[in-house]
Amino acid sequence: MRNKYSVFSLIKNALSYHENWQRAWKDPAPKKEYDAVIVGGGGHGLATAYYLAKKHNMNNIAVVEKGWIGGGNTGRNTTIIRSNYLWDASAGLYDHALKIWEGLSQELNYNVMFSQRGVMNLAHNLQDVRDLKRRTHANRLNGIDAVYLSTEEVKKFCPIINTSPDIRYPVLGGTLQRRAGTARHDAVAWGYARGADAMGVDIIQNCEVKGIKRNGDSVEGIETTKGFIKTKKVGVVAAGHSSVIANMAGLRLPLESKPLQALVSEPVKPIIDTVVMSNAVHAYVSQSDKGELVIGAGTDDYVSYTQKGSHQIVEGTLNAILELYPIFSRMRMLRQWGGIVDICPDASPILSKTSIKGLYFNCGWGTGGFKATPGSGDLFAHTIANDEPHKLNAAFNLNRFVSGDLVDEHGAAAVAH
Amino acid sequence: MFLINCPYCGERDQQEFKAGGEAHIERPKQPTELSDDEWAEYLFMRKNIKGVQFERWNHAHGCRKWFNMVRDTSSDEIKAIYKMGEKPPSQ
Repeated sequence: MRNKYSVFSLIKNALSYHENWQRAWKDPAPKKEYDAVIVGGGGHGLATAYYLAKKHNMNNIAVVEKGWIGGGNTGRNTTIIRSNYLWDASAGLYDHALKIWEGLSQELNYNVMFSQRGVMNLAHNLQDVRDLKRRTHANRLNGIDAVYLSTEEVKKFCPIINTSPDIRYPVLGGTLQRRAGTARHDAVAWGYARGADAMGVDIIQNCEVKGIKRNGDSVEGIETTKGFIKTKKVGVVAAGHSSVIANMAGLRLPLESKPLQALVSEPVKPIIDTVVMSNAVHAYVSQSDKGELVIGAGTDDYVSYTQKGSHQIVEGTLNAILELYPIFSRMRMLRQWGGIVDICPDASPILSKTSIKGLYFNCGWGTGGFKATPGSGDLFAHTIANDEPHKLNAAFNLNRFVSGDLVDEHGAAAVAH
Repeated sequence: MFLINCPYCGERDQQEFKAGGEAHIERPKQPTELSDDEWAEYLFMRKNIKGVQFERWNHAHGCRKWFNMVRDTSSDEIKAIYKMGEKPPSQ
């Protein structure tokens, strides 16, 4: 039985010098057979397992992870959560996730530190202004909170932004989604892992998938570094490595994997109490609870699995940051890193069945998957359990690249991809 | 970030180049006879290999010529560079 975290458990454990906390999840060896196996123990994969167990009563399942849970893109993103997407299908998908975020800490009994501090997107030219106004209207028609701000209102909401008209990319306005914000990325993975484990899900770390065994057009199991695991349903949630897994099953996906970089500064006192994103100059910034500025840069334009990325990308982002926030000119950057993001031609994700029975893919989240973690897990669990997509992820099928019914969020989703 | 030996200009910073994606994807000879599946395969599906991959690059801020490259995407090590129309080196 899992102990509940509460103020009483905190006091009780304080009395024993915090030396007797229960493990948050077990470390089991894989069984011979499961009803379903999730490949990839990041936020999306763990959330999928959690909802499979919770909503679909599939408890004999496992999550296999080649490294440690949350060690991939879950721990490498800039933790921004928002749902102000242009198209109806995307709005439905991302707002579904945002609604789950709003009650997630209570549901998981784990503080994911979800903070609805608002996300502001800036306009720097007349086309940006038109695009952002259009998106604001589209959001409101879809029931998503969005307001358009004038330059003065932008300045009032975030006083440290340089709104002088004579900078290279002047701020002409912006949009604000107040329900948007940030969360603690590691806690999301840990909270879902703990919740899934409590319902009997086996979380198997250091277990890399080496092959997918097929019997004709159906899945029979997976070959891993810890041996063969028999299962009829495999849900792949492997982000940048989705194509690698797909190639094992003889599938090709419409993905390209590229390095995306982020960096954090030394910690300072609270200076920016919201998230500000700029599409045109590709710079976004927020401040973590530790006080670090969390800065997101862009992707390199070539396929690479190196988790590094080019220096000039970071330099370009910091140039933009410095022009928008002159106050940061003497900040020192502490750490920089890269994650491998899997980008679809239409910059929308894939949550879909495949031509192989029992093989499902949840991928293509590109540069913005973190925000969707709870919704992605919920809808992918539905897809795996019922062998049919939920109506909210029906548009995000693989077949859209054949039918041409793309969800073209490229550049329309408030951030350049 | 790495150096690329342009077959026309010599060694230059990668920043001068534009990646053009997977190489040797042949344009369909009879486009009108293609099924939707075949179009999807041609337009969208990619190998996206972790390891040695054949790709096209363009010296966008230099001679602006296209060429082919064999590169290990797990280390960014360039294995070979050859001109358009030349046979790819056997791996």
